[in-house]
Amino acid sequence: MKTFEYRTAAGLAAGLEPGAVFLAGGTNLVDLMKLGVATPDVLVDVNRLPLHEVSGLPDGGIRIGSAVRNSDLAADHRVRTAYPVLSQALLAGASGQLRNMATTGGNLLQRTRCRYFMDATMPCNKHRPGSGCPARDGDHRNLAILGGSPACVATHPSDMAVALAAVDAVVQVDGPAGQRSIPVTGLYRLPEDTPERDTVLEHGELITAVDLPALPVAARSTYRKARDRASYAFAAGSVAAALRVADGLVADVRLAFGAVAPKPWRAYVAEEALRGQPATEERFRAAADAELAAARPLRDNAYKIALIRNLTAAVLTALAEDVR
Amino acid sequence: MRLTVNGAQHHLVGLDPRTTLLDALREHLHLTGAKKGCDHGQCGACTVLLDGRRVNSCLILAITQQDAEVTTVEGLGRRGEPHPVQQGFLDHDGFQCGYCTPGQICSAIGMLDEAGKGWPSAVTEDDDLLSDREIRERMSGNLCRCGAYPAMVPAIRQAAGR
Ligand SMILES: Cc1cc2nc3c(=O)[nH]c(=O)nc-3n(C[C@H](O)[C@H](O)[C@H](O)COP(=O)(O)OP(=O)(O)OC[C@H]3O[C@@H](n4cnc5c(N)ncnc54)[C@H](O)[C@@H]3O)c2cc1C
Ligand code: SF4
Ligand code: FES
Ligand code: FES
Repeated sequence: MKTFEYRTAAGLAAGLEPGAVFLAGGTNLVDLMKLGVATPDVLVDVNRLPLHEVSGLPDGGIRIGSAVRNSDLAADHRVRTAYPVLSQALLAGASGQLRNMATTGGNLLQRTRCRYFMDATMPCNKHRPGSGCPARDGDHRNLAILGGSPACVATHPSDMAVALAAVDAVVQVDGPAGQRSIPVTGLYRLPEDTPERDTVLEHGELITAVDLPALPVAARSTYRKARDRASYAFAAGSVAAALRVADGLVADVRLAFGAVAPKPWRAYVAEEALRGQPATEERFRAAADAELAAARPLRDNAYKIALIRNLTAAVLTALAEDVR
Repeated sequence: MRLTVNGAQHHLVGLDPRTTLLDALREHLHLTGAKKGCDHGQCGACTVLLDGRRVNSCLILAITQQDAEVTTVEGLGRRGEPHPVQQGFLDHDGFQCGYCTPGQICSAIGMLDEAGKGWPSAVTEDDDLLSDREIRERMSGNLCRCGAYPAMVPAIRQAAGR
């Protein structure tokens, strides 16, 4: 590991000098530093900032401080009842130990698990711009079928972010240039020809909170994740869904896919195809296919298309049956 | 820097900021209970309790934990008076080689506390938070190369008083 200077953050808008990065739970950053993929000069510890609360918002939504631990958030009573999809997504991720350290802000900004990205000795456009992408012809079994580019086909690994994208969560940011709000669906960039930048955040911008809007449909929501082993593994594919059925028709629906793209993939096309339509498994399947028509699988990851189609149909069918 | 481990305060002079909590415990304080399996958060062998919560000490920088209370397997129970989870592992042969065991034990203690607070898990369906299925899911952050899992479930069940 390259040596660094350590200090605690001075304030929310203090920003960062070049070469400095924020340290939250450290479960991704410290790992990447050990691997020589992250090589910061300065670590600025944000754990003492007053960002540890989950609180109510005037509109009935909730504000999650960016330093709230994944385990505390998953157990929060308001989250479990008003946004079960979020609690379930958190509990589907990592392990009890990791969730006790991992924070809301750090979880959003964790980096891809692409094996070439995590190996400093390999070429990779994301960790060394211009060095190439060995994943295209190499191991891409768990990489993107949607939103990739010739330069990079990484997937974003967060489960939590998929649930947040589905419920229209908004990221609150503070920095030397002021405060701003960014919907989670707009936080991540697609790689295009600059895969080294995962998000639209500027250097030194601090995530202070994530806001969940009041969203009645989210009370009937769920997260389902498929992976190579029963627990403690990243997703091969996942679906976050919320559904309200009235008189057998889809009155409201939210859908997002995980582990298929460089960002949590909000399935707007599928949602549009479902609104007002009969809530049947056949329609759910067709809606997933409408979204997945844009998929461009590589040699070894086409399985994700059938996986996402089946997960979507299963999850929406279960939610629909629950309602009737 | 200072580090409070098993109730005793230690001063580590000139510690490199790169030192993980796991290395500080093992190499500097010679508390070798917590084990280094993967060193990347993937196995749970390094599990300790930080202010009572289970964490992987291999992904935590020691310098960030100067105000925390660290408990390692060495700080559990007393001679002749093992912690109930330790007793469960003894009674049910919850190990073979023992390498993963300190991490399993610290993890189980943290896990029982979480279940006691009513925290759900990925398999929670009702109020029974410590069924065998729940124990397996909640302990999934601890791998065992010897595959001693079938004996650990009753060990933990016993410690939970069931
Ligand atoms: C073995 C293993 C298995 C895992 N399995 C899963 C899984 O199945 N599903 C899943 O979703 N995740 C999984 N994870 C990833 C885990 O969820 C993340 O490592 C964790 O959420 C990161 O949070 P952190 O607080 O530790 O972030 P850190 O490691 O501290 O930081 C991550 C990044 O975010 C930046 N950052 C942190 N906080 C802020 C802030 N407030 N503002 C701006 N920037 C910030 C840091 O600078 C850094 O770049 C796994 C991890 C491991 C090691
Ligand atoms: S897919 Fe992206 S992260 Fe993986 S090797 Fe290619 S450029 Fe690097
Ligand atoms: S050594 Fe820490 S999790 Fe494996
Ligand atoms: S008892 Fe040998 S690794 Fe678990």
